[in-house]
Amino acid sequence: MNSTTTKQLDPDQINVILATDCGSTTTKAILIEKINGEYRQTYRGEAPTTVEEPAADVTVGVVNAVTEVGELAGRKLIDENGEIIRPANGDTGCDIYISTSSAGGGLQMMVAGVVREMSAASAKRAALGAGAIVMDTICSNDKRLPHEQIQRIRELRPDMILLAGGTDGGTQKHVVELAELIAPAKPQPRFGGTYKMPIIYAGNQEAKELVEAAFDDDVKLTTVANVRPVLERENLAPARDAIHDLFLEHVMAHAPGYNKLISWADAPIMPTPGAVGNILQTIAERQGINALGVDIGGATTDVFSVFDGTFNRTVSANLGMSYSISNVCASATLPMILRWVHLDMDPRELQNHIKNKMIRPTTIPQTREALVFEQAVAREALRLAYIQHKEFATTLKGVQQQRTVGDTFSQITSGLSIVDNMKLNLLVGSGGVLSHAPNMNQTASMMIDAFEPEGMTVLAKDSIFMMPHLGVLAQVHPRAALQVFERDCLIYLGTCVAPRGLYRSGKTCFQYQIQGKTLNESGTMECGEMKLFPLAYDDRATITVEPKRGYDFGAGSGKRMEFEVRGGTVGLILDARGRPLIVPADEKQHLDQLTGWVQELQLFPEIHAMQTQHSS
Amino acid sequence: MAKAYSPGLQIRQRVLHSSRRILPIPGDVLVKVGDHVTPQQIVAQTFMPGDVTPINVANQISIAPSEVPGSMLVSVGDEIHAGDLLARSKGIFGFFKAEMTAKSSGTIESISHVTGQVILRGAPLPIQVRAYQAGTIKEVIPQQGVVIESEVSFLQGILGIGGEAYGTITFACQNKEQPLEASLLDESMRGKIVIGGARMTGEAVQRGIEIGVAAIVSGGMDDEDLKEILGYDLGVAVTGSEHIGTTLIITEGFGDIAMADRTFNLLKDREGAEAAVNGTTQIRAGVMRPEMVIPLDKHTKSVADTGAKQAAAPGILETGVAVRIIRDPYFGLLGEVGEMPTELRTLESGSESRVLEVILHTGNKVIVPRANVELIEG
Repeated sequence: MNSTTTKQLDPDQINVILATDCGSTTTKAILIEKINGEYRQTYRGEAPTTVEEPAADVTVGVVNAVTEVGELAGRKLIDENGEIIRPANGDTGCDIYISTSSAGGGLQMMVAGVVREMSAASAKRAALGAGAIVMDTICSNDKRLPHEQIQRIRELRPDMILLAGGTDGGTQKHVVELAELIAPAKPQPRFGGTYKMPIIYAGNQEAKELVEAAFDDDVKLTTVANVRPVLERENLAPARDAIHDLFLEHVMAHAPGYNKLISWADAPIMPTPGAVGNILQTIAERQGINALGVDIGGATTDVFSVFDGTFNRTVSANLGMSYSISNVCASATLPMILRWVHLDMDPRELQNHIKNKMIRPTTIPQTREALVFEQAVAREALRLAYIQHKEFATTLKGVQQQRTVGDTFSQITSGLSIVDNMKLNLLVGSGGVLSHAPNMNQTASMMIDAFEPEGMTVLAKDSIFMMPHLGVLAQVHPRAALQVFERDCLIYLGTCVAPRGLYRSGKTCFQYQIQGKTLNESGTMECGEMKLFPLAYDDRATITVEPKRGYDFGAGSGKRMEFEVRGGTVGLILDARGRPLIVPADEKQHLDQLTGWVQELQLFPEIHAMQTQHSS
Repeated sequence: MAKAYSPGLQIRQRVLHSSRRILPIPGDVLVKVGDHVTPQQIVAQTFMPGDVTPINVANQISIAPSEVPGSMLVSVGDEIHAGDLLARSKGIFGFFKAEMTAKSSGTIESISHVTGQVILRGAPLPIQVRAYQAGTIKEVIPQQGVVIESEVSFLQGILGIGGEAYGTITFACQNKEQPLEASLLDESMRGKIVIGGARMTGEAVQRGIEIGVAAIVSGGMDDEDLKEILGYDLGVAVTGSEHIGTTLIITEGFGDIAMADRTFNLLKDREGAEAAVNGTTQIRAGVMRPEMVIPLDKHTKSVADTGAKQAAAPGILETGVAVRIIRDPYFGLLGEVGEMPTELRTLESGSESRVLEVILHTGNKVIVPRANVELIEG
C-alpha cells in the first residue's frame, strides 16, 4: 500500500474502528463501534510508548495498548503474528486502523522567511498548523548578523526546514540570500548520517531555480506553491501537505518501528497536534462557531483556535506542568502564581518544590496544598500560552490599507489579533491537570481564570484526550468522528457568563434573570462576585443580563442581552470579576475575595481522605 | 504479589559498565578492540566543517550583484588569509576603483551573482572524544567511536550542572546529614571530586570554583543558590553545557536534604579512588541522569566480591524493595515497600490514585501514591 494515501473504504461498511495515538511516553488506543446505527467510543487502553531502548519499536507499545483494549472489549484484535486483524468478523478484528504520533519529540522544524511579520509569519503558521514544533525562525530582520544565523542553524537539529520569502514575481534577492545562508550551514538532522535533510521551498516561484542552485545533494529539496503568493493572501495548504508527506516519508521512516506502523495504518499517520487542529476545525465549521482548544502537557502547551473560519495553532514549547514547570514559574513569577493560592505557603519551600517536580516529573500532588499550588501554576501556564497565541493569531501584516473619509477617526491597522474572547463560543480543555482534576469545578475555574472568556462561553473538557484520534478519523470517516466527538469525546462543564469591563470596588456589575425548566433565579452581581447555579447536563436555560454602564456582554456598554445557556457537570457560572481580570492589590481584600470564589465554586469540598499515616 | 514499574537511580557497588563514546559526525577512531584506555585518553577525533562567514561583496564595493563574479580576485576553493585582497570594482573609466580585503582567513566556498554574497569557510574545527571511563575497548564502531567496558562502582544523581570532569574522590563532610559549607573546602581539594553530605550552600559552590575543584557532589541544594550560581533560573532540566568552573551533582533533590545512606557509604568506601563524573542531565524523552563512574581496583574488586548483595529485578516495584519518597509531605524519606493495594484510593488532594505503603526506617508506615516513590536500585 502507498503509505501516504488513504485506502478507499466504503464508510457504510465500517463498524469497528481502532485508533491509537503514540505519545512521547504513553500510547493510547481507543475502540469505536457502531451501536444501533451510531458510532460510539466504547473501550480504551494504554501502554508505555516503545520508541526507545530496549524495545526500540513503536509497534510493541501499540500492540500492548491494543491488546488491553481487546481484553476489555472481549474482542481479539491482534493475531498470532502480532499484527492487527482486519476486517472485523464477529468478535474478532476491526475494519480500519488509524494512528497519530508525537513520539520521540514529535515533528521539530525550523522555518525561514524574508520578513518576520510577513513571509516568515506565514511559513510559521504553515508549520504550526501541520503539527510541528517550530524551533526557531530565521529571517532577514531578526536582528541577528548573518554569521549568527548560520551558527544557529548549525546548532539546531531540526527534522526539516521550511523556507519562504517574496511574493510571486517580486524580488528574488532576499530569499536566495536565505538559501545561501542555510546551504553552507549544513544543518545536521536528528536521525544520524544517512538522513538527508528535507527542505521545503514555499517562496517566490520565480526564484525557484536560483534557490535550487544554492543547495547541493546533501539535502532533499521539495518546491511547493508560495505560502504568500501576494501580500493580501496566504496559501498554506500546499506547504502543510508537503510537511505531512515528508513527515511520513523521512522523519517517521527513520523512527524505530514506524515503517511497520505506517504499513498497518489505513490512513496517513498524522502528527498529534495536526490531528487535534483538524477535528477542531471540522467542528467549528460544521456548527458555525468560534472555538478554542488547549492541551496542557508536561513539557508544552498547545493552543488551537478557529475564529471566523480561520484556524491558528501555537505551541508554547516551554510551558508545561512537569518538565517545564520551573520555566512557567520563571516566566510568570511566583507572586503571579500565588495570587491564585488561598492557603498560606512558604515561598522558599515552594521554589524548591517546583524544582523537585521538574526533576521528578511523574509525581502527583498528594496533599491539598500541593494540588492548590499546581492548579495555580496551571492557570499561569495557560494564561501565558494564550497570550502567545493571541499575539500570533493575527490578520495578515504588511497588507496595504485602503481608507475612506469614513475611516478618518479609526486607526485600525493590519496585524491585529483575530482572537476575540467576546466572540468565543466553545472553550475545550485537555491535558492532565485539566482532565484529571479531582473535581470538574476546578477544571472550569482554571479555564475561566486563565482564558477570561467574555459574553457567553460554553466550557468543555476532552474526556480522555480523544481529539487526536478523531482528527485522523475525520479524514476517513467524518460522520463517525463527529458523532463520537459530540457524544463521547467532550464532557460539557457548563457555561460561563461574564461581561467585559474593569473591576470597580463596591459597584454593581449587572442584574440577571434565569429562566429554565429546573433553574429560575434572578438577582444582582456586585463587582468581584462569582456565582454558581447547578444546571444539569442536558438542561438549557435562558439568561437575561442587564449590565451597568461600563460593562458589555457583546451588545455594547450597558446594553441588555439574552443568552441560551447549556448545563453541564458544573453548571452555570456568573462571573462579575471584570475583564481584563485584575485581582485587588490589597492582600487582605484579595485573599477574602479569592476564598469567596473558592467557596462559591465549591472547588475543594470536604472529602474523606484516606488515613495517610498510621503508626506501626 | 502486586508489582509495578518505577524507575529509580542506580547506586551500584560493582557493575560491569559500558560507555558508548561517539563522535557527532564521522571521523577517525584511534584505538582498537582490546586496548586499555585511561579516562582522559582521546579515543576518536574528527574535523567539523569550519564556521561560515558571509561577505556581501556587492554592498562593500558598491557594485551590482551580477558584477561580483567578474570583480573577484580569488576563485571558489581558494584559501585566503585575513588582509588578502578579495575583490576590486572596475571603477569609472578605470578610476575610483574600490577594493575589499578579507577580515578573516578561510576558503572561498561560493560566489553568488544573485545576491552578491561570498561565503567564506573557516578552518575545520577539531572534535575529540575522550575515553571518560577507564577500561577495555570492547567494540569499535567504524568512523564513529567505541564502546568501553570495565567493572566499576556506578552512581547516578538526580540533577547535574556542567559536563564531564575527572579527579580523586575526597570528603568534605563527616556524615550524610552535614551541610556542605564553604568553610569545609580548602586548597588541598583543587582538581578533586568533593563529596558533601546534605545541602551544598551557594557559598560552598563559589569557594569550590575559586579553589578549582573538579566537581562537587552532595545531597541537595537550594533553588535560590542555583539561580545565583547560574545567573538565571533553570527552566527545564536539560543541562551539561554550563561553564561555571566546576561540575555539580545533587543526588536527592532541592532543599535541605541529606544524601542517601547507601550513596554516602559507597562513596566513603571509594574515598581516594580516581573517578569520572558527568553532570549532563536530560529529563525529557530519553532521560539522562548525572553519573559517577569509579573503576574498581584489585583491592576493591576482592572486597566487592564478598560484599555484593543480590539486587531486586531492575525497575520492579514490589513488597520489600527499598524506595525513596519523592514528593511532599514525606519528600526525601527512605523505607521499604509494604502493602500494595490494587484498588484506587482517594488522596487528601481529592484525586484517586493507586497507592502503596512505605515502612519508614523509624518503623512508621505511610501511604503514598505509587507515582511518588522511586526505587533505590543497586
